[in-house]
Order: sequence, then C-alpha cells, then structure tokens
Amino acid sequence: MARDSWPVDSRLADRQREQRLVATRAIIAGVLVFAALAMVAVRLARLQVHDHEHFSVLSRDNRVKVQPVPPARGLIYDAKGVVLADNHPSFSLEITIEKVVDLDATIAALAAIIRVDDKDRERFARMKRQRVRFQGVPLRLNLTPEEVARFSLDSYRFPGVEVHAELLRTYPHGELTAHVLGYVGRINEQEMERIDTSDYAGTNFIGKGGVEKAHESLLHGHVGYQQVEVNARGRVLRTLEGKPPVPGRDLHLFLDIEVQRAATRALGDRRGAVVAVDPRTGGVLALVSQPSFDPNPFVEGIAQKDYHALLYSPDKPLYNRAVRGQYPPGSTVKPFVGLAGLVTEVTNARKATYCPGYYRLPGQSHRYRCWRRGGHGSVTLEPALVQSCDVYFYDLAHAIGIERLKPFLGAFGFGARTGIDVAGEMSGLVPSKEWKEQVRKQIWYPGETLIVGIGQGAFLATPLQLAVATASLASRGHFFQPRVARSAKLPGASAAEDLPVVSHQIDVADPHRWDQIIHAMTQVVEGARGTAKGIRSQDYRIAGKTGTAQVFTLGQNQSYNAARIDERMRDHALFIAFAPVDDPRIAVAVIVENGGHGGSTAAPVARLVMDAYLGGSSPMTDSGSVDGD
Amino acid sequence: MATRPLSAGFQSLVDRRAGFLRRLHLDTPLLGGLLLLCAFGLAVLFSAGDRDLAVVERQLLRLALAFGLMFVLAQVSPDHLRRWSFPLYVLGVLMLLAVLLFGDVGKGAQRWLDLGVVRFQPSELLKLAVPMTVAWVLAARPLPPGLLRVLAVAALILVPVVLIAKQPDLGTAILVAGAGLTVLFIGGLGWRVIAMTAATAGGLAPLLWHHMRDYQRQRVLTFLDPASDPLGSGYHIIQSQIAIGSGGLHGKGWLNGTQSHLEFLPERHTDFIFAVIGEEFGLFGILVLLALYLFIIYRGLVIAVNAPDTYGRLLAGGLSLVFFIYVFVNTGMVTGLLPVVGVPLPLISYGGTSMVTLMAGFGMLMAIQTHRK
Repeated sequence: MARDSWPVDSRLADRQREQRLVATRAIIAGVLVFAALAMVAVRLARLQVHDHEHFSVLSRDNRVKVQPVPPARGLIYDAKGVVLADNHPSFSLEITIEKVVDLDATIAALAAIIRVDDKDRERFARMKRQRVRFQGVPLRLNLTPEEVARFSLDSYRFPGVEVHAELLRTYPHGELTAHVLGYVGRINEQEMERIDTSDYAGTNFIGKGGVEKAHESLLHGHVGYQQVEVNARGRVLRTLEGKPPVPGRDLHLFLDIEVQRAATRALGDRRGAVVAVDPRTGGVLALVSQPSFDPNPFVEGIAQKDYHALLYSPDKPLYNRAVRGQYPPGSTVKPFVGLAGLVTEVTNARKATYCPGYYRLPGQSHRYRCWRRGGHGSVTLEPALVQSCDVYFYDLAHAIGIERLKPFLGAFGFGARTGIDVAGEMSGLVPSKEWKEQVRKQIWYPGETLIVGIGQGAFLATPLQLAVATASLASRGHFFQPRVARSAKLPGASAAEDLPVVSHQIDVADPHRWDQIIHAMTQVVEGARGTAKGIRSQDYRIAGKTGTAQVFTLGQNQSYNAARIDERMRDHALFIAFAPVDDPRIAVAVIVENGGHGGSTAAPVARLVMDAYLGGSSPMTDSGSVDGD
Repeated sequence: MATRPLSAGFQSLVDRRAGFLRRLHLDTPLLGGLLLLCAFGLAVLFSAGDRDLAVVERQLLRLALAFGLMFVLAQVSPDHLRRWSFPLYVLGVLMLLAVLLFGDVGKGAQRWLDLGVVRFQPSELLKLAVPMTVAWVLAARPLPPGLLRVLAVAALILVPVVLIAKQPDLGTAILVAGAGLTVLFIGGLGWRVIAMTAATAGGLAPLLWHHMRDYQRQRVLTFLDPASDPLGSGYHIIQSQIAIGSGGLHGKGWLNGTQSHLEFLPERHTDFIFAVIGEEFGLFGILVLLALYLFIIYRGLVIAVNAPDTYGRLLAGGLSLVFFIYVFVNTGMVTGLLPVVGVPLPLISYGGTSMVTLMAGFGMLMAIQTHRK
C-alpha cells in the first residue's frame, strides 16, 4: 500500500512545485511588464516635460508641414544632341475629391470662372475612377495665366481645389519616336503598388512604354522636400527649408533621328518595322514601327474616342512591331544555319547538295519544296545562300539536327528577349523537341527540323532579334545586348556616365568561317545572280540576305500567286544587311508586312537607311528584275 | 450605528452584483478595467476622427461584437478550450497556407482569406491558437519542460510565424511569436535556454537583415535616424513626437490637438492614436491610460496564478502578456523607442480584427477564472 501512495504524494508534490514555478514566473513577468511600461513612461516624461518647450515651439510654429518637391524628369537626346523628349511648364486645375463636399456644385461653380468643356469633363470622369485616394484629379489642363489669376482670386471658395504647376512631357518628333521612346502618363493604381510611393510623392507621371519605361529609375530622379509654413486652414504661407530633389538624368541615345526619319520615310505608309544597330557597340541607330501614333495626347490623358480609334484600327498603330512583332524569319535565317553547318562540320565550302526542286526525307513520300520548282541543280554553300536554295538548307538542317541548331541560333539571340532598353519586348521562338512536348503535347517530327532550317513554321523572330543577329554576324561574333541609351548625365554634371554594356563572343573555332558566310552575303547584293542586287551602291559594299515569311501555308500542289491572294494574306517581305562589308558600321533588319518578296520591297528600305547613316547617295537600279526568295 | 446596516447593505449589493456577474462567468475587475479603457478609447477616437460620429458608431458596433464574443467564450469551460487547442491550431495553419496560395492582396500584402461571405484574417486566429496549443503541449507533462519539448514547442510557434511574416505582416508575426514564447516563459523555460537563444538571435541579426523586405529595412534605418526619410515613415515618427512633446504635462485639451487636427499626424486614428492622447491629455492623461493597461495585465496575471490547473495557468499568463506586448510595441513605436511596426494600440485604435481577437482572449481569461469544479 505504501508503494501505491508514494507516487500520489509525488504527483501532489509535483503539482505544488509546478504551481510555485508558474507563480514565480508570473511575478517575474509582472516585474518585467512594469519595468517596460516604466520605460515608456520615462520616455514620455522626457518628451513631455524635459523637451516640452522644444516640441511646443515646433508645434506652435509648425504649422510646418513637409511637402514633397518632385524632381524634373530627365530629357532625352539623340546621338547628335537633338531633343527627343522635353519638359514644358504647365498649370492644371486639380480637385482632391476626398476634400470636396459637393463635387457637382464645385465643378459648376468652377465652370463659371474658367472654361471647362465636355472633353475636360469626360477626362475628369475617367481619371476620377482610376485615381489614387487623396491625390488631385485634373479638371483642366494648360490653364492660361488669366485663368490662373481668376481662380486665385476666388480660391477661398473652393476648398480641395488647387492650381498645380508641373512640367508636362512633350515629344517634339511625335510619331517618329513614339514606339522607341514610349511616353509618360499618369500613375495608375497598379503602378502605385510597384513604385516606392514616398519617392513618387508629388510626381504624377511615370514611363508607360519604350525607353521612358525601361529607364524610369534614371529619368525620374529622387524626390526632395520642403518645409512650408501653413495657416490654421492649411494654406501655405512661406517656405522654410528643405532638401532639393535630385533631378532625373538626361539620357543620350545611340538613336540618330535622321536615320530614324529615313527609315520611317522609306517604309512610307506600308506596315512594317526597321531596326538598325551599330555592330561595334550594340547601339540602336533606328527603331521604327509603322504605322505610328502621336504620343503627346497620351501624356495629358487621351480622349476615349481618339484612343479607341487607335486601338481598333486594323493597322494596329499602337503595336510596336519592331520589338513585339514576331514573324517567321524566312530565308534571312539561312546565313546562321549555314554557319551552324560549318561549325558542326556537317558541311564545308566544297560539299555540294543536289536540288531537284524538292527534298524528301529518307523513307517518306512528302516533298519539301524549293521555292524554284525546277531546282538549282548541284549547289555548294555559297550559291545556295546567294540563290536561297531551300533544298540545300533542308538537307543541312536535317544533318545538324534540332538539338544542335537551337543553341547555335540562341547564341545569336534568337528565341529569347534581347534585353533591349525598350519596354515590352517579345522573345520570339526557336522550336525544339522539349518545347513541342511541353506546349503542344506532341512529338517532334524530323520534317520540322527542315522547316526551322528555312525559317518557317513555328520559328518566330522579332525584327529587333534579326537586326541584333545580323550585327553579331557583321562583327564576326561579337554579340552585344542592344541598347538605345548610350549614357546618362545628371543635369549640371560635367560628364555623362556610360550605361553598362553586356556582350559575349560567339565561338566558331575557325575565324575563316565568318568570311565564308559574309562573302556569300556580299554576293547576295553585289553578285550578278544575287536576290538583292537591285540595291547595290557605288559608295560602299553591302552584305545582305532576303527573306519571305509565309502568312499562310500552301497545299502540296498549290502554287503561290500574289495577284490572286487577299492583300493581308500575302507574304511578308524581309531583308537583313550590314555595311560597309569590310568595316561594318550599321546592321539593318527590315520587315514589310504583306510586302511580297524581300529583294524588291524590303531591301530598298534597308539601303535608304544605310545611305542616311553612311552618307551614300548613289541611285538604285530597277528593283523589279529581282528574282527569287 | 445607523450607518452600519446601510454600509452592510451596500456591501451585500456589491457582493450580489459580483455574484451575479460571477454566475455569468464574468470577472468583475477585468470587466471594469476593459469597459473604462474602451470608453476612454471612444472619446479619443471622436477627437482623432475629426469629430466624425460615424467613425465612433462603427467602432462602437465592433466593440459590441467583440464584447459579445468575450461573453460567449467566457461560458466555455477551459476543459473544452484545451481539447480544441490543437485542432484550432491546425485549422489556422491550413488557412494561412490557403491565404498564401489564394489570398486577396490588399496593400501589397496577402493577409485576407475570402470565405465568400466574409473576409477573414487567419493570422488573427493564430494569436489565440498558438498560446492555446503551447499551453496544451506544456501542460501534458510535468513542468518545467525538457529540451525536446521546448524544441517541439519552438517548431509549433515557428511554422505560423514564418507563414505570417511571409505575407508580409511583421506586426502580427511578432504578436503570434510573442503569444507562444510568453506561454513558454511562464511554463518555466530554463534560464540557460533563454540566455542561449538571446545570444543566438543576436548573432543571427545580420542574417535576418538580409532576409528583410526593403520597406522593413527602411523602417529600421528610419528608426535609427528619423531625419533620413522625412517623407516616409520618418515623418510619422517626427510628427508623433512633436504631437506628444507639445502636449506637456496637462495636454492641450480634448479636441484641441493642433498636430492631429491640422493633418500633420498621419494614421492618427489607427496606429498612431497614442500620439493624439499624448497631445490632448498630456503626461497625466497618458499615465492614467498606462495605469489602466497595467491594471488589466496585472489582473490577468493574478488569474493565471490562481487558475485551478496548469493549462489554465499557462494560457491565462500567455494571453495577459500578449496584451502587454501590444501595448509596449505600439507605445514604444509612437514614442520612438522602437521601430515602426504595424501594431495597433489595443482596444483604442480604430479597426476591428485585432479588437475581436483581444476580447476573445479576455473571454478565455474570464472562463479560466470563473469555471471551477
């Protein structure tokens, strides 16, 4: 029995010990609580007794409020110092909705002293829906000095309404630079979540696309503040002290507005894109997408009707074809596939392939056709490139295999975003087995490798990617990440800081391989049978490659007849080129949507762009005689 | 002698009232303290909210709901609470995971779970479930806990804290961690473990810094030097100190705080309402408020010491000390002793979720005090 009672005693003892333990800890906790609150009390005594006079003065004179001072946005200049994006001072009338009791009555009373038309009301209603709480919404923009004076006299009648002086962005070249620069517009709710709101206190605009968005942090600068004395109703009496804002950096671009203008003119009213890159730096000399739009109305908030007209136009003027347009590169990819053949040693300069006008995979009946129905006969690499023989490249692509071809093309920038400082770039696509299994849930057929070899099918590239790849070819493998901005300069600073360069060297083992491809591309323009011989120049030598991107696929026995096909279903015309051949300073990619053959439509555009940059002026021969793909 | 029956009658009336409240499972001193605190809070809110009666009405409605929940929970026997501890914890953690996966993003942080009818913050549930579970684990075996049990408890605390910190909601993460750790402390966590943990935490501080979000780092930097960010959180600290300091001994009087009413003080009816109290009621007023808080915490600890079983003791101690952490973190932040962390002044700041949880906790305290066999 004693043995039984022993654990009971022990449990009782345990329980008492536990109770004592908890009680001790509770007392210790109580002491700590008291000590902590005493610390707060001491702190309070310090603030409220010891430093009371100090804070009293601050509070009495304070009526001092801290106001943000927004930085001036950096300007944008082209390569020769021409202003592409400017700021001009403007007064707007802003209403802080949360501070107004009767909005309709306020607007009605305001309309009696300053002009408020239907467009203003419509814009106000739209911006009111998208506003950020406690931030002013503009009712009128660009007030005249008289209107500012008239409102100031009556301002006491309008709590929550203020005249706001700010710098409005303008783009003097309008449509010419809309796609490359983008534009700024009012900050919306989603952007509010992304940005550092205290740095944007007082800033109303943010870059919405292009360079303006990509370089937002450089262009914006940093907010300053000023302490202002306000009266009991919150009106500012005077400014005391503050920290000036750090202005946004001015951007100096590689872009040359004259080359940009030449490219735009050369495209004319056709839909298409032109990208010109300096192979020595990766600097973008021109980036054009046509049709374009005037960015200036977007800064102030474009009217709904005008916006819809742009948005729903069948020509898609808001669509940046140069960096977002993804097209099959067609035959323009052949120089790269040819180089891949040399590097993998699948072929060499002497190895010939027989072209009967079609290609058949072993054991299959399907005929992969060459653009020339009669065939090219026996061709080696150079004539195959010059005459753009499809069969040669079917055979080559098949021998290289997609697992080797895709990474080789990837080294030239195909299939991935280039990282250009223009917002919104698309990545294009180089198809592969993995891609097809993951995305299309289908197996890869050998025939698809052939189609990649001539740049058709699922293979997609942006005009920018084509220009960058061409520039890498021109520089013999010195690949640069393309960039529009060369340097950034703090206003008042003596020197501009160069922006970082990203580059890598493409290794082809034997440098002679570059010569073989470049020689063949030179023959495309300079040779007697070249598909772009019509653009030959007397001022400098050009290397190029024409291409055609199919918009729709022909059946096995159909033939392509441009005249019978709806204009929007016609092939896209492509051309890539660089010049001068011996010392390349410009590489160009051109696409003319539904333009037909690359040699006749796209190549002359490239020539005009190169003329503008290299200073050539010799006439072009009749381009109608160009034959082939 | 004629006064004797009168005073005796009065005494019996008090006793009877106490007995009546006791039968309703309410603890008189605690209830009195809470009611005083809330009344004071409503008066301050009327001033901080620019005399907007609608704000006071909405707060009153929330208070009614919170007191209702307190009353309901006071009726629940601690035995039931103990049984529900762990399932509630599991439910809370699952909901936290759901928030991370499908939650609504509000103001850049994922905190809300949309249950169709109501939007609900699961992290609030954890403020109760974590101390309950820790108390349940510790009370299952004799105290003090061995190292293995301490580690198990630490893991139980860490899981929800990490999930909440990821939302990111640093304030709530601190409160939930505090809720678990205080229970562990009351439960007799060894002094050596405490010292070692503190030392390790000091050593890991750089690592923590590395993992903080930009805005969290900014707050720490601003705390060290408010003038470095006069437009962001530094502005809060500067303005709240001016408000408190200018209040002096006696304050500027109710509804007369210039700092608050000229819109110098941001978030003056929510996280920074303590500064309004400092400005309008001065040091005397604010000491009365601190005394009131101290009384409520004291009463909670008394309930903990007197509780009939270990689970009750631990839970009561933990709940009281979480309330203290609220008070300390908020007042420390507003007076510039601590960095800015989003923790409201309990039962006074405008806003609903934390108030409901707090009052639920007081309901449990009352249940522990009044349910005896």
